[in-house]
Amino acid sequence: MTQQIKSLTESRPSSAAKTGGIGGYLRKVFAIVAKDVATELRTKEMVSAMFVFSLLVILIFNFAFDLRAENLNTVAPGVLWVAIIFAGMLGLSRSFILERDQGVLDGLLLAPIDRSAIYFGKMIGNVLFISVVEIVVLPIFMILFNQPANILPMLVGVVILGTIGFASVGTLFSAMAVHTRAREVLLPIMLFPVVVPVILSAVRLTSAILDRTPFEEVSHWLTLLVVFDAIFVAASFMLFEYVVEE
Amino acid sequence: MATQTAVTQQEQTTTTGGSFTYGHALTIVSGVLMIAALYMALIWAPDAVNLTAPAERAAQRIFYFHVPAAWIGFLAFIVAAVASLLYLITRKQKWDVWALSSVELGVAFFAMVMLSGPIWAKPTWNVWWTWDPRLTISTISWLLYIGYLMLRGAVDNPDRQARFAAVYAIIAAMSVPINWIAIRWWRTIHPAVVLPGNNSGAQGGFGMSADIRTTLIFCLFAFTMFFITLMYHRIKLENLKRRVETIRQQIIYQ
Repeated sequence: MTQQIKSLTESRPSSAAKTGGIGGYLRKVFAIVAKDVATELRTKEMVSAMFVFSLLVILIFNFAFDLRAENLNTVAPGVLWVAIIFAGMLGLSRSFILERDQGVLDGLLLAPIDRSAIYFGKMIGNVLFISVVEIVVLPIFMILFNQPANILPMLVGVVILGTIGFASVGTLFSAMAVHTRAREVLLPIMLFPVVVPVILSAVRLTSAILDRTPFEEVSHWLTLLVVFDAIFVAASFMLFEYVVEE
Repeated sequence: MATQTAVTQQEQTTTTGGSFTYGHALTIVSGVLMIAALYMALIWAPDAVNLTAPAERAAQRIFYFHVPAAWIGFLAFIVAAVASLLYLITRKQKWDVWALSSVELGVAFFAMVMLSGPIWAKPTWNVWWTWDPRLTISTISWLLYIGYLMLRGAVDNPDRQARFAAVYAIIAAMSVPINWIAIRWWRTIHPAVVLPGNNSGAQGGFGMSADIRTTLIFCLFAFTMFFITLMYHRIKLENLKRRVETIRQQIIYQ
């Protein structure tokens, strides 16, 4: 509680000292990321909950589909992405809880920084936490689904692009959901329909990687994923100031 | 105070002179048009020539209301997105009322699309539902805007409610075209009667004779008028509701 305020005040002089330029902007963004990372390192509650939850999702799919060797590759991409998206949702819904309950958002809004820097800081933090979970879940997924290790780099690429996609809108919606009566309940209802293209293209790319499909056949999905990421990062960045203005 | 400016705005919009208002005129016009549309769709329009099964021929007439309802559904969401954008720029309550009214109507019309679709699909495709792009995009748009209404319902502060709803409506409207591309790449079997596409696997399509085309265009027009009428009344209702709320607040806190 006081730790995050302390880390915030620690970071403020350095970010306020140099206001102009891209360097100054990035310093502010990373001050906010550092605040979130410091909070998370001390509590470890979000990342550990997301990790255990995603393992449980994979486990439950094993029971639900009774995965046998012949249908492994058909369901594996779906299992991976449901695990990632559900775990990510868990993290995103907590993203602004401390901000609101401990008055951190007021502090951030009072700080001499651009509103969009707050958005980027929170978004990068969310992508970071979800990525940490993915780094541990991916190898476990590959062992459980009997995949060769050499596809890991390509999988990591797709997973990161997908994560940016749903974390970009997710961070914006999380800042809204935290101010509603329903709170965590509302976030998936708002977010899932918007991120359908991310899920579709990520699942398609993942299954192409698992099936060794030539890249040319699925390259349009990669384009779609990148375009989605670009559009929604830009849109959320522009709309964020309307969400936090008070 | 935002509420006081709202009252003056509402007074301007709700003062309509005389007993016969635009509302009455619109209601009568769209009522007549809808009855005419029913007549044309059910009686006047000829059977589609290449459909042989009687059930298919009867079900084909759903098309005259199904297509206009889908058109109104998307039109309502475009109106909502534009109104939301205007709200964020101008901060006039009027645009928030427009966006809310439009989304509510869009959800209702999409519900109609989703109910009439399976009734047609069962005799034609022999299934109630398939994961065709048009069906999927309609469902996703519908869910998007149900999310909009749920978001509004969960925020108490009226100013914040309007802001959040506007932000959400803009993101939702942006996601619809991208969703459309993604889902279209995913699969397609819906007949492209209105917007011809290269979906050679389409089933249940039929040639549009001149009379069928006339009926469809008339129904599209009738539905558009119906939508405008409903928008007029819904906006007026919402303005009155907000005015009552403002007056109530004034009485309580005097």
